[in-house]
Amino acid sequence: MSATVFLFYFLSVLALGSAIMVVVSRNPVHSVLWLIATFFAISGHYILMNAQFIGIVNLIVYAGAIMVLFLFVIMLMNMNADSEPKKNKWLKLAGVVSGGCLLLVMVAALKSAEVKGQLVQMKDGDIGLIANLGKALFTDFVVPFEIASVLFLSAMVGTVVIGKKGD
Amino acid sequence: MQYSLLAFDWFFLIEKLVLIIGIVSVSLVIAMYETYAERKVAAFIQDRIGPNRAGPFGILQPLADGMKLFMKEEIIPNTSNRMLFILGPCLAMLTAMMTSAVIPWGGTIDFFGRQVPLQITDINIGILYIFGVVSMGVYGIMIGGWASNNKFSLLAALRGASQVISYELPMGLALIALLMVTGSLKMSTIVGGQLDSIYNVVYQPLGFFLFLVCAFAECNRTPFDLPEAENELNFGYHQEYSSMKLGFYLFAEYINMFISSVLMSTLFFGGYDIPFVSDHNLVESIGQNWTALLQGLTLFAKTAGFIFLFMWVRWTIPRFRYDQLMNLCWKRMIPLALANMLITAAVVLWLKK
Repeated sequence: MSATVFLFYFLSVLALGSAIMVVVSRNPVHSVLWLIATFFAISGHYILMNAQFIGIVNLIVYAGAIMVLFLFVIMLMNMNADSEPKKNKWLKLAGVVSGGCLLLVMVAALKSAEVKGQLVQMKDGDIGLIANLGKALFTDFVVPFEIASVLFLSAMVGTVVIGKKGD
Repeated sequence: MQYSLLAFDWFFLIEKLVLIIGIVSVSLVIAMYETYAERKVAAFIQDRIGPNRAGPFGILQPLADGMKLFMKEEIIPNTSNRMLFILGPCLAMLTAMMTSAVIPWGGTIDFFGRQVPLQITDINIGILYIFGVVSMGVYGIMIGGWASNNKFSLLAALRGASQVISYELPMGLALIALLMVTGSLKMSTIVGGQLDSIYNVVYQPLGFFLFLVCAFAECNRTPFDLPEAENELNFGYHQEYSSMKLGFYLFAEYINMFISSVLMSTLFFGGYDIPFVSDHNLVESIGQNWTALLQGLTLFAKTAGFIFLFMWVRWTIPRFRYDQLMNLCWKRMIPLALANMLITAAVVLWLKK
């Protein structure tokens, strides 16, 4: 068992364990913190594949910015384990059914996909380095990249418009 | 293949371990003496003497302070979330220490034939790593403030967090302009480009100024120390903390100040480059190891200058109001940083043609 394999299993256990804790913990603040741990584990996986840029941007954007906003909202609403409303029995059942459906779709999709032939390049792939990634984004994938930017811009403008409505 | 888990390069591991321990202890000692320097500078500016009882010139004062913090009673409020209450100062300390991993502290030294660079790790995304760690710094404040279960602490934590994430934006934009000039995110390349040549501050004066202001805001230093505005919020986000947990919060602030001073010297003022002296010639005349030592001392001298600037500003300028703080960030600094970025991009493109 080499160090890379060891790290892979460690990060996988960390990612799955903290993802389960996100769902299981009763305190929403704990859930958010476990979610941050999950992001860290996933970033570790990216770095293991030598995709440094995606790994660190995942941390900056998701763990550093979006989760802070989540924490803001949860802390200000003062949501606690005991103030959680009792959920309807049928609602729980619907949740289980829809979650099961998602699992079914994912299992079916992964079963038919040819995974065996395309193992992840560990440690030495250099496609995820920032120079290569930038070149790929601005040459081969420039149209989807620009469309995504326009989408973000429209979302930002929309937020400002909604925020201004009160005045 | 069974035992290949142990097949590390052991020398590499030991080398890095020694470097990490060295840099962490140096940062801790410097943070300790920053508290002393802060009092002395404050005393000088206010025409007082400052601490002078413990040891000659009061030089043992930080030790006495640390002792006092350690010996005080540790109080964990009854209603607070115990685990998160302890996690808060740990995170603040951890994120303060982590940034130092990518900073080049000097040239390479020759250790019995082995070339050892004085940098813990030279990753491709050095600046982004720093940015990532800085964005993690919010959690120490937020978790600590929330777990105290105190309205004042919570308000101060929210203020602090929104201040830090707001000022990250102009900081990032100022750094993008710098990256266009240097063409690399690697810290060693950025310093290497400034060795024996013109410092980046000449190319990016506005970028440096924006970065400086953002560094003040990120460290929660006056004039941006609103999270601990004692006249509005009692004592800020660490109100419920006592003993060494409070000490960790205060200590993390001083380490942050040290690290941001090192960063400013590294990114804009040539890092470990010795000014007015050709480093290449120095290696030939006095040898590699002595040059590396002198370079390290030069970096610390530059850093000390910035730390003095931090203190000077603290004891000179009064605190902003909160709306002034946010207006300054979103309405003044971000447009300025964007303009700086666009002009830099245009000039870089024009010169490359």
